Amino acid sequence: MRRILFLARAEVLHVVRDRATLAQVLIVPIVQLLILSNAATFRILNTPTYVVDFDRTSASRGLVTRFAASGHFQVTGQSASLDLANEALLRGDVTMVLTIPRQFEASLVRTGVAPIELSVNAEKGSAAGIVQSYASSIVATYASELSPATEPVPIRDVPRIDVRMRSWYNATLNYKHYMVPGILVALVTLIGTLLTAQNIAREKELGTLEQLNVTPITRGQFIAAKLLPFWALGLINLAIGLLVARLVFGVPVRGSVLLLFGSAALYLVVALAIGLWISTLVETQQQAMFVTFFIMNVYLLMSGLFTPIDSMAPWVQVVSQLNPVRHFVTIARAILIKGAGLAEIARPLMILAVYGAVMLTLAVRQYSKRTA
Amino acid sequence: MTTPADDAVAVDRVSKNFGSTVALADVSFSVQRAERFGFIGPDGAGKTTLFRILATLMAPDQGRARVLGRDVVSDLWTLRARIGYMPGRFSLYPDLSVDENLRFFASVFGTTIEREYQQIAPIYSQLEPFRDRRAAALSGGMKQKLALCCALVHRPEILFLDEPTTGVDAVSRREFWDLLDTFKQSGMTILVSTPYMDEANRCDRVALMQGGRILAIDTPQAIADSFDRPLFAIRASDRYRALKALREWPHTHSVYPFGETLHYADKRTDVPADRIATEMLAFLSSHGFDDASVERTAPTVEDSFIARMGAPEGVRAA
Repeated sequence: MRRILFLARAEVLHVVRDRATLAQVLIVPIVQLLILSNAATFRILNTPTYVVDFDRTSASRGLVTRFAASGHFQVTGQSASLDLANEALLRGDVTMVLTIPRQFEASLVRTGVAPIELSVNAEKGSAAGIVQSYASSIVATYASELSPATEPVPIRDVPRIDVRMRSWYNATLNYKHYMVPGILVALVTLIGTLLTAQNIAREKELGTLEQLNVTPITRGQFIAAKLLPFWALGLINLAIGLLVARLVFGVPVRGSVLLLFGSAALYLVVALAIGLWISTLVETQQQAMFVTFFIMNVYLLMSGLFTPIDSMAPWVQVVSQLNPVRHFVTIARAILIKGAGLAEIARPLMILAVYGAVMLTLAVRQYSKRTA
Repeated sequence: MTTPADDAVAVDRVSKNFGSTVALADVSFSVQRAERFGFIGPDGAGKTTLFRILATLMAPDQGRARVLGRDVVSDLWTLRARIGYMPGRFSLYPDLSVDENLRFFASVFGTTIEREYQQIAPIYSQLEPFRDRRAAALSGGMKQKLALCCALVHRPEILFLDEPTTGVDAVSRREFWDLLDTFKQSGMTILVSTPYMDEANRCDRVALMQGGRILAIDTPQAIADSFDRPLFAIRASDRYRALKALREWPHTHSVYPFGETLHYADKRTDVPADRIATEMLAFLSSHGFDDASVERTAPTVEDSFIARMGAPEGVRAA
């Protein structure tokens, strides 16, 4: 035990001495959390919009003003030429073209119904759908204001059923409350796995691993001494990140912090074991880096962090059960946003425990103190 | 070959291949306790592979190797606490200080600097002024001393030093060997490999290695003496042209550059040495080397080595 502590102490010294690693561990997560949380948003703001107003009436101008005032759209061009509008759309200068036909006001006043045309560049996938629904709701609201007596349905698609959404656990649908815990998980994973993988690869590069291999230290002791400091670092990382999440983004902490850190402690064993396993396969830090990034990319994209798992292909959903990041994202969100207790997260926690045991065994077996 | 059980090292017909490359071919030898045993040979002779096998880092393909009476494959765990190994590459933590490196390796072996102070004092006293300096900032010679100190900190009974002086300046090399002398008195067995021929004389016995084989094992003196022809050292202002000229002389057995001089051995064994010298001087002056001088010299281990294996590639004369 004394040996392990001594080895672990040297490990801590390495981290503290190496300013790049220290920055990687302490500052980078905070900066990333601040930046990514503002970038990874499902809200659409300031969509560049081209307006072709053939009607030129107060009603049509009012509609344009509504679009601009919503904050979702920004009118970047306006003319009476469809050709110019299409050109702008094709060039990618604008994402949407709003066309108001002649007789818009007249039709609206006379029949209560007036067609308008929205051309949305669907290149940007999910954004197109969101833009379209924003536009529809603006048009619908405007129509009902103009002619409260008449049928407030200017375009076909607007539902007549008044659907009122209420989001449980996140009533204001603050996407940051949803994203921040996820990004926190991603950062802890990346740091834990990458640092471990690089660390042992570094010992290989230095030749110190060979020096250590001739000592009577056992595999178990060596690995425990390697993992312990990074395990602690991961938890410190999580603590810092959580503090930023709470103070800067006001992310709720509804569940038990102790439970969160307990789960994180278990999860980190998985993340570190993956790093250890990678390090047994590679010879240099650079290789360790590449393999880690490859695995991390797959893990993160399949974790449900950026896209809901429910909308993935069925086989991907099955495969994603093998993704430890997914389970910890689930746990972190459940504890923070929902205030889940141990019973609710028992299943993913069990999966992580099994995963950790398997990964650790695999990595330890793979690590040999002797070359062939 | 039977070896007494109390030999420090007993290697019996060990072979090791890496793919189609033969690293060690049927190598056998034994080293007595408290002996200083040197392995001399060019790069690629198999020295490092041999040391890695003896240090329990690698298993031989064939044959058996015993260190301190224990098998390096089956008894590796008991062996590891009793051997010290210093790999050829500097392999300490560059970001840790001298003291931290030492403490680290002491703790790995379950001991402390304080407890082992007696053992490492001769080296540690030289390192102490730099104890807080990071290993990366040490000079080459100091790095080697630190590495030796780390390899000694657990009081090993046998020490394997793989090319400890490669890439170190001449003064530091001498200091390093002087240090080894102090440990020899404590009865420690030391196996050391080197590409420097001049270091052979500081060993009790040496093994000449080439291409994975041992060419000869003997005391440095006996190996040097095994050179059985009169040897001459020739000085000439244009050494290269003199070398070319002598290669054309019908009596030349071998001639090669050696330090500042050329070493020459004659084919004829029945002609007295002073007559050979006179004839050679005449030959040289007839070829325009008026300033040439010829004198008899004692053969060294290197001369003997060159005689055994032809012109060696990669052998470094100091």
